[in-house]
Parts: sequence; structure tokens; C-alpha cells
Amino acid sequence: MTHEAHNLKTGLMAGALAISMVGMGFAAVPLYRIFCQVTGFGGTTMRVDEAQAATIKPTNKTIVIRFDANHRSDLPWDFKPERTTDTVSVGARDLSIYIAKNLSDEAVTGTASFNVTPIIAGQYFNKIQCFCFTEQTLKPGQQVRMPVVYYVDPKILTDPDTKDIEEITLSYTFYPVDQSE
Amino acid sequence: MTTIAANPADFHGSAHDADHKPAFFARWFMSTNHKDIGTLYLIFAIFAGVIGGAISGLMRWELAEPGIQHLTSWASMMKGSGATLDEAYHMWNVLITAHGLIMVFFMVMPAIIGGFGNWFVPLMIGAPDMAFPRMNNISFWLTAVAFIMLLGSSFVPGGTGLGAGTGWTVYAPLSTSGSVGPAVDMAIFSLHMAGAASILGAINFITTIFNMRAPGMTLHKMPLFVWSVLVTAFLLLLALPVLAAAITMLLVDRNFGGAFFDAAAGGDPVLYQHLFWFFGHPEVYIMILPGFGIISQIVATFSRKPVFGYLGMAYAMVAIGVVGFVVWAHHMFTSGMTVDMKLYFTAATMLIAVPTGIKIFSWIATMWGGSVSFKTPLVWAMGFIFMFTVGGVTGIVLANGGLDDNLHDTYYVVAHFHYVLSLGAVFALFAGFYYWFGKMSGKMLSEALGHLHFWLFFIGVNVLFFPMHFLGNSGMPRRYPDYPEAFAYWNEVASFGYLIMLAGVIVFFINVAYAYLAGRRAEGNYWGEGATTLEWTLSSPPPFHQFETLPVIK
Repeated sequence: MTHEAHNLKTGLMAGALAISMVGMGFAAVPLYRIFCQVTGFGGTTMRVDEAQAATIKPTNKTIVIRFDANHRSDLPWDFKPERTTDTVSVGARDLSIYIAKNLSDEAVTGTASFNVTPIIAGQYFNKIQCFCFTEQTLKPGQQVRMPVVYYVDPKILTDPDTKDIEEITLSYTFYPVDQSE
Repeated sequence: MTTIAANPADFHGSAHDADHKPAFFARWFMSTNHKDIGTLYLIFAIFAGVIGGAISGLMRWELAEPGIQHLTSWASMMKGSGATLDEAYHMWNVLITAHGLIMVFFMVMPAIIGGFGNWFVPLMIGAPDMAFPRMNNISFWLTAVAFIMLLGSSFVPGGTGLGAGTGWTVYAPLSTSGSVGPAVDMAIFSLHMAGAASILGAINFITTIFNMRAPGMTLHKMPLFVWSVLVTAFLLLLALPVLAAAITMLLVDRNFGGAFFDAAAGGDPVLYQHLFWFFGHPEVYIMILPGFGIISQIVATFSRKPVFGYLGMAYAMVAIGVVGFVVWAHHMFTSGMTVDMKLYFTAATMLIAVPTGIKIFSWIATMWGGSVSFKTPLVWAMGFIFMFTVGGVTGIVLANGGLDDNLHDTYYVVAHFHYVLSLGAVFALFAGFYYWFGKMSGKMLSEALGHLHFWLFFIGVNVLFFPMHFLGNSGMPRRYPDYPEAFAYWNEVASFGYLIMLAGVIVFFINVAYAYLAGRRAEGNYWGEGATTLEWTLSSPPPFHQFETLPVIK
């Protein structure tokens, strides 16, 4: 191999490394989402199915759940929880209702991002059913009652980092979804 | 470390043919010569350093006493009419942003990698030039255009006032929904260009060092400065593309309706911080590792001994580079983390003290029992070792997740990173400048002025930055133009420190002028028998093209 070809090969390999790191940078976006969903990082709540939920037994320790509702300023909705707090037994299933109303005169689709605080409780906050799993379309002036069914995993009582938690705030932020595609 | 078999006289025979230089425009604007490009980088870095340093002078002027003294009038001057207080506050954000970005991307990096790296990596490994000389030219001019772009951003709207006021970290959402107007786009684009330039430079260094070493120059015989540039080039290659990805996402969020970092649309601003610091932490090693290399050369030269523990020194830099990639979240201890994560990032961060300690120890062990002559470069190198140790120790303090909850974003952090950068990297730069200026220009700097420069600068920066530890410990937050009366005393002291440092910088420029006007002619090896690397076998300045016959290293 000539000198130039040898240099070109090394240079291209180094360049490929740099380009693959750009790819890694963008790959970080979905990887970070998966990381949060798996570990509850940043207060990301867990999603469980009925079968998993059926294995959980309620304890006699209670915990306060606060409900928080926000929406982005460009979403013409009224969005609030029916009750602002629930006191539930750890491990017991609870149904909570959020109410959304479309204040505009056209149909609007939105979806909600969510998390809990303290953020460390995310890994023990299990949702069986939630309006946030899908997009919601509201007709002009339509009001809907949207359920969220959840329980707090009793493991929260044995984890030394979380056993002192007495109150968890569940927060939603609705934002518009572009329906043009 | 390296024994040179080639007889210097061998090169002198061809020196006449090798010294045909192109005419002015072709030589300096279309340059493909590693030494000329290195010179361009050094001139550029000095120019950018003066601007970045002047900006810090403005900030120290405003901070010299409590209250807002000058900021409103400066903002009015920029705007051309009366500025509101909010616009004045924005002006402050623009100043801190510009100071950080200029010093990191347009002063330290161009000087230490582009300047000394380009000049001395080929000379030290016995190569005629860099592997890709034209790409080298592109790197330099991309950096220059990026700098003009960044300066230009100060004159266009950036939200509350003129210019990009995001901090050098460009955190979302301040940099997205918080800064309307083209200034932040220009600053981001400037970072793209400076980043691309550095990546191209890194590819060039890696290829040069791997493929173009003279016969007999094995990796384990390379001078430590070359090792440091090699490790730095890999850090650049792995870290900068991640920054490029992150700031491209910022552009998408800003201009194309994206929501990568918008929490109110399913994004997460903390993700930006993770991406930024995955780049940002290796970046601080990018700035300091070539400095380590320079200090190793100087300490060995003026102790007339090979550096103590050569292999340990080389692999300590590799270790710092590797571990540097897995500690980034220690910049984000207050962004919401479990105790276990803090535990990991605290422990991993502290681990870096081990290879760094090896380096400090080996420098001292090199001097120990050596025939030490306290020439200007060694004095700067010893200043570096002292300052960097102070900054390293406060770094260990800050590495503690629990303590950092209290110290995060206070002047303690400002003191820490100025001790390792403004006093570490900059001392290494001045040490290298005094060490190699004669080699580069053929003229000797004044030893007396060099020592005067050192003492003024050393006292100045310590008076300037040491009180910031006290301010931070008492809770003074970073990034504000104003503070309560309680912080007035040490802020005034710090501002006086700036003036002492400024006097030192003026002595530096007098010294450079002296060298060109009245400086003694530099011989090939003006430091004598301690200087054993290949650049000292050549004339000062070296011929335009060197090593047409490759030197052989035994």
C-alpha cells in the first residue's frame, strides 16, 4: 500500500468513528426514553397489565396521592383532576378521574406526558390503565372524564430510599398532537 | 526516552532547497505547511484570548462593587439607544456566554491543539508534515469563520436583548423557547463549525501519529507531548460529534417545531444536559491533556533527566481519557438523581484523581535529584503543577454528590474550574510559548521579562480566583451581575487581582515585541543537553520543509 493510501485508510476509519458518534448522539434520544421506562428514571411511571396487577396484595400502610394537571398554552383545553388527592393503601388499586374539555370550536387531538414526584417513586408507581397511553381527540365543546387506574407497589415500603415517602404527586401535561400527517 | 541517531548536520545540507517559501498570500491564506498553520492558530488564539480576556475584564469591572454600575450603559451602547434593566441583565448573560465559548473553543483549543500540536507533533515524531495538509488548512479557516460567526451573534437579537445569552452550556429551554431571534442560531452554527474543524484536526493528528513516525519511533518511544495529543484527538473524535448531535436537536427544537427537549411536548430538557456533559466532561480533558504533555517535556528538559515513569505517564493520560467518558453526570448532581447514581458518579469522578496523582508525582520525581535550571518555561511549569493541584483538590471536593448539592452553581465551582483551566491550561500555554518561541521564531524572549510576566500573572490570578472559594462557600451564586453587600469585600479583592494579571499580560506582549525587535538569535538547541526531542536537532526556525531524509531513532 502506498503512503497516501495508508493515510487515507486511517483517516477514513477515524472519520467513520466520528460519524458513528453523531449516530450515537441521536440514538441517545430513544435509548434515553427506554432507559427511563425501564428504570423509572426521572419519575417515569411503570406500565403493568392485569395479570401482573392481580399478583399484588394490598398492605395496611396508606399513602397520599396528589393529582396535578397542566396543559401547554397552545392547547385550547380545560384540564383538571376530579379530586386533587386520594389516600390509598399501598398495593391497593385506585381509580382516579381527570376531566378535559375542549374550549375551541374545532376538534383537537392531544396527548399527555407524565411523571411523578418524588422522582425516585417512579419505579414503584404502576399504571394499569391510563388516558395517557393513547391520544385523545375532543370534538368542539366536548367534555370527557378520563380514568387512570394505578397502584403503588408495596416494594416501596422496603426500599431504603423510598420507605419514608408519604406522598406522591402524579402530574400530567397535555400537549397538542399534529394531525396533519 | 528518545535517543537520536541522525546527525543534525545531515539536514542542513538540504536546508536551502527545503526553504523555498511561497509568496505572502499563498503562504498564509492557502497554507498547507504544518508550521505556518500552527503559527496562524497561535496568532488567532492570542487574538481571541485578548477578546475573551477583555470580556472577563468587563465582568470584573461590573462585579467590583455591589449594584449595577456599568451594565446598563454597555447594553445601551450595543443597542444604540437606552437599554432597559432587563436588556442589561441579558447583556450580562451574553458576556458570560461569550467569555466561556471564546476561551474554550477559540483560545485554549486552537492554541494548545491547533498551535502547538500542529507545530510540534510532526517535528517530534520526525515527519515532514501532517498527513492531510489541505485538510489542516480547512480546519484553521473553519475555526476562523466560526469565531466571526460567534462575534457576529452579539449584534443580532437573542431574546431579551442583543446576543446569545445562554451560557456556554446552551441549556434548553433557555436556549430554545427562552431565546427568540437569530443570535442563538448563529452561536450554535458557530459551534458546529468549530466542532467540525476540531474533528478534522483530530483525524489529521491520529493519522499522522499512527502512520508517519520516523523509523524506530515506536509508540513507546514517542515524546509525551505527542502521546497527549494522540489521546486528545481520540477524545475529540468521540465527544464532539455528540455535542454536534445535541446542538442540532436544539436547532430542530428552535426552528422546525421539534420537541427533543420540550417537557410540555413529551421531550426532556435533562436529556440535553446528559448529551452536553457527555461531550463537556471529556472537553475539559481535551483542554488540559496537551498541557500535561507540554509540562512533561519542559520538566524533563530543565531537570536534564528523562521524565520519571515514562510509560506510567503515557498510560495515565489514556486512563484519564477513558474514565473521563463515564463521569459526566457529576455536572448534574442537582438535576434529580437517586442516591445510588450519585454514589457511582462520585466514586468514578474521584477515581480520576489516581492517574492525575501519578502525573503530579512523576513531574516532581523528575525534578527530584535533577540538575534543575529555573528558566522561564520551568517556572511556568512549576506554577502549573501547583495551580493544577489546587484546582484538582477542589475538584475532589465538588465530586462529592452530597457537598455539590450545596456548592453547585456557586463561585466555588467558578474558582475550581478557573484553577484548572485559567491557571492550569493557560499556565501550560505560556510555559509552552516560552519553551518553543525561540524554536518557532528564531528569536529569544527575554528571561527577565519572562520571570516578571510569571510573577505578576501568578500573583494576579491567585488574588483573582482564590477569594472565589470563600464567596462560593458563603453561597454567592454564579452568573449574576449583582450581589449582596456581604460579598463586596472579596469581590473587590478579586477585581484588583484582575488588574495585577492584566499587568502581567502587558509584560508578555512587551516581551514578544522585544524578541522581534532586539531578541538574541536562537540557536538550534538553545536549552542545551536536557532538550532531547527531535525538534531540537533542527535549526531555529526549522526549514520550511524538514526531514526530507527521515531521522532514524535507535
